[in-house]
Amino acid sequence: MSILIIAELVIAELVTEEKSIKAATRSAITAAKAIGAEIDVLVIGEDVNAVAQQATNIQGVTRVLVADNSVYAKPLAENFAPLVHSIAKNYSHIIVAATSFGKNLLPRVAALLDVDMVSEVTRIIDASTYVRPLYAGGLNATVQNNEIIKLLTIRPTAFDATQDANQAAPIATIAAVTDDKHLSRFVSEHIRHNERPQLSTARVVISGGRSLGSAEKFQEVLTPLANKLNAAIGATRAAVDAGFAPNDSQVGQTGTVVAPDIYIAIGVSGAAQHIAGIKDSRMIVAINHDPDAPIFQWADYGLVADLFETTAAITAAL
Amino acid sequence: MKVLVGIKRVVDFNIRVRAKTDGSGADIASVKMSINPFDENAVEEAVRLKEAGVATEIVVVTTGAANAQDVLRHALALGADRAILVDTAEPLNSLATAKVLREIVKREAPQLILMGKQAIDDDAAEIGQMLAAFLNIGQGTFASSLKVNDGKITVVREIDGGQETVELNLPAVVTADLRLNEPRYLKLPNLMMAKKKPLETIALADLDVAATSKVTTINVAEPAARAPGKKLNNVQELIDVLRTHAKVV
Ligand SMILES: Cc1cc2nc3c(=O)[nH]c(=O)nc-3n(C[C@H](O)[C@H](O)[C@H](O)COP(=O)(O)OP(=O)(O)OC[C@H]3O[C@@H](n4cnc5c(N)ncnc54)[C@H](O)[C@@H]3O)c2cc1C
Ligand SMILES: Nc1ncnc2c1ncn2[C@@H]1O[C@H](COP(=O)(O)O)[C@@H](O)[C@H]1O
Repeated sequence: MSILIIAELVIAELVTEEKSIKAATRSAITAAKAIGAEIDVLVIGEDVNAVAQQATNIQGVTRVLVADNSVYAKPLAENFAPLVHSIAKNYSHIIVAATSFGKNLLPRVAALLDVDMVSEVTRIIDASTYVRPLYAGGLNATVQNNEIIKLLTIRPTAFDATQDANQAAPIATIAAVTDDKHLSRFVSEHIRHNERPQLSTARVVISGGRSLGSAEKFQEVLTPLANKLNAAIGATRAAVDAGFAPNDSQVGQTGTVVAPDIYIAIGVSGAAQHIAGIKDSRMIVAINHDPDAPIFQWADYGLVADLFETTAAITAAL
Repeated sequence: MKVLVGIKRVVDFNIRVRAKTDGSGADIASVKMSINPFDENAVEEAVRLKEAGVATEIVVVTTGAANAQDVLRHALALGADRAILVDTAEPLNSLATAKVLREIVKREAPQLILMGKQAIDDDAAEIGQMLAAFLNIGQGTFASSLKVNDGKITVVREIDGGQETVELNLPAVVTADLRLNEPRYLKLPNLMMAKKKPLETIALADLDVAATSKVTTINVAEPAARAPGKKLNNVQELIDVLRTHAKVV
């Protein structure tokens, strides 16, 4: 038994363009450890030798495989999937975090291998049995995977990130295998690089809903408090659709799933689709002027009050 | 250009689904069913492409039991031209569904295949990517906008931290994010007219697809409830809570 982890790389900063292993990949390694087998990490990209070196230090990694080629400069599934497929038969499991990168890639690999896969795993019971949510987390399914090669995406918030250890796993280079039909071409990307902690990894998240009223108010009310708590800022779908907050700040079933130490929901009704993205937070705090708002069923601490006055008072006091 | 849209009949998003008492699955026997919300965005986009003169024909397809006809009719009422029901007694897993869709693509030869980014029952987000791999064509997943141009399609994708734009050769698979568009309201007269539009039924046995899967569900249960919370009486209490807890953060 041997497990392949597909690493996801992030560009740390616009200026230096320094790449690093995304924290979610470290969560995938933790999931692999729960299965218990040798763990190879596959690093795919262009100019990725330094980042491959980083991966050798992650606790428990047996080997790092590197596919370094200019065709892998951008993570096109049409290029990455044939590469993963080319080495898949050496493995009992292939795991990637259920980020937009992992979700785009792994089903394509599954079809190339002609296997069914299991997405968004939140618990590993044993090598072939896992728990995953259904119906926006309203139910949990325990599934049995009897495919020869087991493909899983794991939900990063459900597994701690494996840290570095005093180790240096060996590196092996593997040959590029790509989409020779040139089915897809990267055109451009628009990534927000901000000073704020990332939504998916922040220890405190403050979210606002439609009730904030405008993009200006959204910023004006939430940012000072977020600064004081070193928090990431999230939003409901209603707030995003109204143009108050950027798309990638949406928290929930169809946005980002978060599990911070403290989640503060401000003027959020608590629709099931929103709860799906927050219910594993350590502590949930809600401010809403409607005592019957569903968010209070999930909040560890709830205050029935006007959000504008309350947020201003908290910000001033902290 | 012919457009094929894959749709699924799912429990309406407003319904809170319970587990069956024996844990064998979700209890959906008598709840309201609807077209998967993302698939409605996919149908809407196809209709807009037709209105813009880009698409010439819209075919919608679903796999399911006879009762799945209602979501096909819904799509026809939104503006699809023709519907196909692949009749299956048991629901299929992702891989088998993608294979069924592959067979339909072989028959229909569409230039564009539109789907939802995920079905809100299993929240898998797998089938579009699998279908694209089976057909060895490009995939534009989680699309918030698209533009067809000269044998190619440009797709803006919603990704973690922002957006990415890719260009794909046609044919291609594109999976819709909710942001792709705002689906139009369904008008009753259109629903009546949709009854006259063609709906073909194909038996699964007539397609070359193995319905079995090596991934099986062994139990479905409701997650443990969160411990009841505390209502605070005033802002000062909330500040105290945050002071205590935010400090340890
Ligand atoms: C397929 C699908 C997927 C979805 N995915 C997501 C998702 O990923 N994430 C998500 O968030 N939603 C999602 N939704 C939408 C979801 O169903 C809700 O519509 C949405 O979460 C509501 O956002 P809201 O709480 O901002 O707005 P509303 O429901 O309008 O609630 C506003 C709240 O603010 C309170 N309020 C108003 N004024 C004040 C004030 N002055 N002080 C205090 N409180 C005030 C009100 O009492 C109310 O509770 C999805 C929906 C569908 C159909
Ligand atoms: N039974 C089905 N028949 C046709 N299309 C489907 C079916 N199930 C899912 N799809 C399509 O595949 C998309 C993704 O579904 P899933 O991978 O299950 O999350 C859906 O949004 C639909 O467009």
